Amino acid sequence: MTTPTAVALEDAKVAFRLGDGRVYTAVEKAHLAVAQGEFVAIVGPTGCGKSTLLNVAAGLLKPAAGSVKIFDRPLAGLNRDAGYLFQADALFPWKTALDNVAIGLEIKGTPRSEVLPQAQKWLTSVGLGAFAGRYPHMLSGGQRKRVALAQVLIRDPKILLMDEPFGPLDAQTRQVMGNLLLDLWNADRKAVLFVTHDLEEAIALADRVVIMSAGPSSRIIGDWRVQLARPRDIFEVRMDKEFHALHREIWSVLKDEVMKGYAQSTHAAEAV
Amino acid sequence: MSRVTLLALQVLVAVVCIALWQLLSTVPVFGKILLPPFFFSNPVDVFSQIVKWFASGVIWKHLAITLWESILAFVIGSVAGVLVGFWFARQPLVAAVFDPYVKMANALPRVVLAPIFALWLGLGIWSKVALGVTLVFFIVFFNVYQGVKEVSRTVLDNGRMLGMSEGQLMRHVYWPSALSWMFSSLHTSVGFAVVGAVVGEYLGSAAGLGYLIQQAEGIFDVAGVFAGMFVLSAFVILIDSGVTLVERRLLVWRPTAADGRG
Ligand SMILES: Nc1ncnc2c1ncn2[C@@H]1O[C@H](COP(=O)(O)OP(=O)(O)O)[C@@H](O)[C@H]1O
Ligand SMILES: [Mg+2]
Repeated sequence: MTTPTAVALEDAKVAFRLGDGRVYTAVEKAHLAVAQGEFVAIVGPTGCGKSTLLNVAAGLLKPAAGSVKIFDRPLAGLNRDAGYLFQADALFPWKTALDNVAIGLEIKGTPRSEVLPQAQKWLTSVGLGAFAGRYPHMLSGGQRKRVALAQVLIRDPKILLMDEPFGPLDAQTRQVMGNLLLDLWNADRKAVLFVTHDLEEAIALADRVVIMSAGPSSRIIGDWRVQLARPRDIFEVRMDKEFHALHREIWSVLKDEVMKGYAQSTHAAEAV
Repeated sequence: MSRVTLLALQVLVAVVCIALWQLLSTVPVFGKILLPPFFFSNPVDVFSQIVKWFASGVIWKHLAITLWESILAFVIGSVAGVLVGFWFARQPLVAAVFDPYVKMANALPRVVLAPIFALWLGLGIWSKVALGVTLVFFIVFFNVYQGVKEVSRTVLDNGRMLGMSEGQLMRHVYWPSALSWMFSSLHTSVGFAVVGAVVGEYLGSAAGLGYLIQQAEGIFDVAGVFAGMFVLSAFVILIDSGVTLVERRLLVWRPTAADGRG
């Protein structure tokens, strides 16, 4: 028996209508399959369309062409199997950390008396057991991301979409969060689509690393399997010889795209 | 500066002002009294007038009427503002159609409505409540409208991805956001409720603080006018500190300017 495919993008194309009537094609011919239990990282220069691709997988954006399949069924509307960790702050600022985590179950109609102990448990498992009563503005950036992670995980989604979840954090916190994520993921191996601009982070975490070209009309231009043994420790895996070899190989491709993306964005700025 | 010093300085300002007032209205300077008592009264008279009101108990009836009018104006204006604000924000077409009329109505100085309300609703409390409502409504309406429209895109998407239905988005996202905007204008809207009540009373009524001031003016009782103004100020300050207490409880989740970030 082959493992089912959790997320399949087939020739997906995404275009935005700009204010002046022109159409901007962000992503084209995107072909990507994430198997059940697989951790896939997407890396690419800023503005290439990584968030766009995740939004398509989440059902928040409809592709202009191509198809999206979730567990082999065409996606119509929102992806109900997915939990989404947004790039920007997405916690409800008027709810405490505990209520932010609890809400995911509460809206399913589970009684609050049952939900609260579970929410507390999840907060504890992301290391914030003592912060249940804090409102988002009283938490640090890293703590807010952890609450957001608990908020998503308490619903036990089959697919986890993560958009640069550790983006704004400092290097040490990123590594701590990375290990935390791997521990949580190891427990039940959900399908993960993880967007990052940090190649090292991608290799350290993922089973596969996918590279996107610079936009417009960004495409997926490379797909590498990461054979490093699991369970991994993010600190140690970076010392690995295999890690370095893979990093060098992927970087040789990514580097050109990063330069291209940079050149294009400055061109675009000059044209405006 | 310590709190005690600050308080001492604040009290000093009042003492100096009142002392000057008393002095200039009773002691001649170069043979002339600079603040003639007929126009300016003096602190002693004003104070004894206030004491008389409270001692005889007449003031309580007027305070109660003004308070009641303000409360009614605030509640009715807020409820209407919240409902219409929500409706407009969720129905852009309705908002677009009514936009010029809303602007027109809001541009109208509300004082000119007072005689019309008196005509329609009589000289009892309801004409004053109506005046207050026209003031409170627009403040609450604009804030709720803004609050619903400016909900963060990401927070909304997050709600959707967590599985919220339209109704749940209303309850957990739009509603708290709209309320927070409304509460941030609570001082203004409560203040306007009082303004509506007092102005309405002043322009025609048989009770209330505005009536009291108007009566005193009618018989050139300047001490009575000043006494009425002082009682009114104290009344507003009292209500305003009540609002501050409510606000602190309801907006705990909001960062204050002093909060650090990161
Ligand atoms: N709503 C939109 N309208 C127009 N252009 C958009 C919109 N959203 C994204 N884009 C453009 O699409 C490209 C990809 O955006 P995004 O997916 O956010 O990039 P990133 O890889 O940094 O996450 C960018 O060039 C961005 O300017
Ligand atoms: Mg992005």
